[in-house]
Amino acid sequence: MKPEGVSIWEPDKECMGVEELRQLQLERLQATLNRVDRHVAFYRKMFRDIGFVPENDLADLDDLKRLPFTTRDDVSNSYPYEMFAVPLREVVRVHSSSGTSVNPRVVGYTKRDLKNWAQLVARILASAGLTHDDVIQVTFAYGLLTGGLGIHYGAERLGASVLPTSVGRTERQIKIMQDFRTTALVCTPSYALIIADKMDELGVDPKRLSLRHAVCAGEPWTEAMRREIQERLFVTATDNYGISEVMGPGVAGECLAQQGMHVQEDHFLVEIVDPKTGAPCEPGELGELVITTLTKEAFPVIRYRTGDLARLLPEPCVCGRTFRRISRIEGRCDDVVVIKGINIIPERIGDVLEQVKGERPVYQVVVTRQGNLDQLEIWIEVTERLFFDKMREQRTLVDDMRQKVANFIGIVPRIKLVERGSLERIDGKVKPFVDHRRTSQ
Amino acid sequence: MLTVKSLHAHYGNIHALKGVSLHVRSGEIVALIGANGAGKTTLVHSICGLLKPTKGSILFEDNDLTRLPPETIVRRGISLVPEGRQIFATLSVEANLEMGAFIHRKDRAGLRRDMDRLLERFPVLRQRRRQLAGTLSGGEQQMLAICRALMARPRFLLLDEPSMGLAPLIVREIFDIIQELRGEGRTILLIEQNARAALQIADRGYVLETGKIVLQGEGRELLAHREVQRAYLGKGAKPIWDA
Repeated sequence: MKPEGVSIWEPDKECMGVEELRQLQLERLQATLNRVDRHVAFYRKMFRDIGFVPENDLADLDDLKRLPFTTRDDVSNSYPYEMFAVPLREVVRVHSSSGTSVNPRVVGYTKRDLKNWAQLVARILASAGLTHDDVIQVTFAYGLLTGGLGIHYGAERLGASVLPTSVGRTERQIKIMQDFRTTALVCTPSYALIIADKMDELGVDPKRLSLRHAVCAGEPWTEAMRREIQERLFVTATDNYGISEVMGPGVAGECLAQQGMHVQEDHFLVEIVDPKTGAPCEPGELGELVITTLTKEAFPVIRYRTGDLARLLPEPCVCGRTFRRISRIEGRCDDVVVIKGINIIPERIGDVLEQVKGERPVYQVVVTRQGNLDQLEIWIEVTERLFFDKMREQRTLVDDMRQKVANFIGIVPRIKLVERGSLERIDGKVKPFVDHRRTSQ
Repeated sequence: MLTVKSLHAHYGNIHALKGVSLHVRSGEIVALIGANGAGKTTLVHSICGLLKPTKGSILFEDNDLTRLPPETIVRRGISLVPEGRQIFATLSVEANLEMGAFIHRKDRAGLRRDMDRLLERFPVLRQRRRQLAGTLSGGEQQMLAICRALMARPRFLLLDEPSMGLAPLIVREIFDIIQELRGEGRTILLIEQNARAALQIADRGYVLETGKIVLQGEGRELLAHREVQRAYLGKGAKPIWDA
């Protein structure tokens, strides 16, 4: 089935016939619904509310569409463990999402979940052209976020040599890349370009590196960015997709055809829906990506609204994998802002600022880009309560705000106090978010 | 080879199977494990045509079995080794085997050849060929039950609790035979309460609880699964009584 020279990690699964796949999905979906109905109060209530009895009402995959969506807020509201489907003693790892809401979204993994996760990430790395001979430098954050450890275990499963360099310290990353002869870089697309800029600055010739692959994820990007990454770093750049609530990295990944990401359909059911009406979109039409997990044990989700915009590409792929593809993530359909791979809801920043002086300031979240480096700024309109005669007190206030926001989202913002009434308004309301990343270059 | 889709079945008022889906690929050993009353035997009877399911479908090589009588299903190549063996105690071993070949009764020569081959393979039965089946030991009776099912020349074999009431050593012998049968190209659905033995030889397994599938995976994977271990492998676990 698969063309000569294409390396597929689990060909018996990834090239499965459509009918066999649908049966497997049905079996796994039914088991998942039976389990959440028994173990997760949130889903039991959801089912009762609409009179849905999983064993009777899910006879076919299409019946899933009867169920309501699960939202980010639903997960936040069950902080920390309410939506876990197994007792904590079965959970061997806990991660959480970046802080877009007051309560982060906490997810857990059983031993088997971790095994599956590593396997799925290995599939994605293999489809990006990586093998056990590669030296993979992982520049995602290691910690509560799923990116670092998610990729890490998959890369080990692949048998590659893994460099867990984690985020930041670009000069050191480049030195490691040179000295350790990194062949594959796992990064956000914007970080790939930051590295390229830094190399220019340092006079490092990317042609003299061993680097051959950039495996990119974590934020929406464009074909132009891909070209730039490929041309400047002399690599093949591929896209992959993951989201903590669903699993983390490993949900979908591009093959070397670079024509969209294969969804791991034996583990996830994807739908593309109209973000306003929730109605299914036609194949090829842009809509919100909605995912149902089929094998997750500790933290299954049913019809989870990812907030990411993509298209379903049902045409068969030249690589021989039968799993359907989704387009690159073309944006967010809500007020979530992705900066440095971290999701931020501007509204929640107001909640944090409110804690400082007990009142909600008038503010605007502004993202700028210098070169390829994103900068988060918070512009705050000065009021009596926020204004001090003494410079020192004024600075303390600003430091305090900066600290609180940094603790909350993990990015240190630049706080700017501006004149009252000076923030851009629409219908008398301050725009919560301004993106200068495209215009400031 | 066998695909069960969203199957429901009732025993009187009891809703015994609640939307069960599973599949068995050609050449596989698939284990279905579960406690007493979970619905395992109901599923077996539905596949064999002994019980009419209320909803859902059973496909065998793309043909629907749900409306077919048991005899036709046997002719399609599915044979059952029933729970508790169900041998004809007052008949001889040979007569029992002959009963298994009911659908081939007109093919006397073929029947004889099949029987000779089986008796060759199981010398214990050969020695007792004229003995009444009721006088055999439990393990021998189980062997006989398997051989009787084989007399129908099945490609797909359903084994319902083959380890029941047998000593561990004999269980091992029976399970070796099951693996050999697979080695000969037969496909096997193994229904067992003895989860450990079943999952050890199974490629894949399903866990049935109160008529619903709650877990599935590779045999080894399920064997290492904490939930399975606690509920079915008796590692510091209370048995499950609810049904």
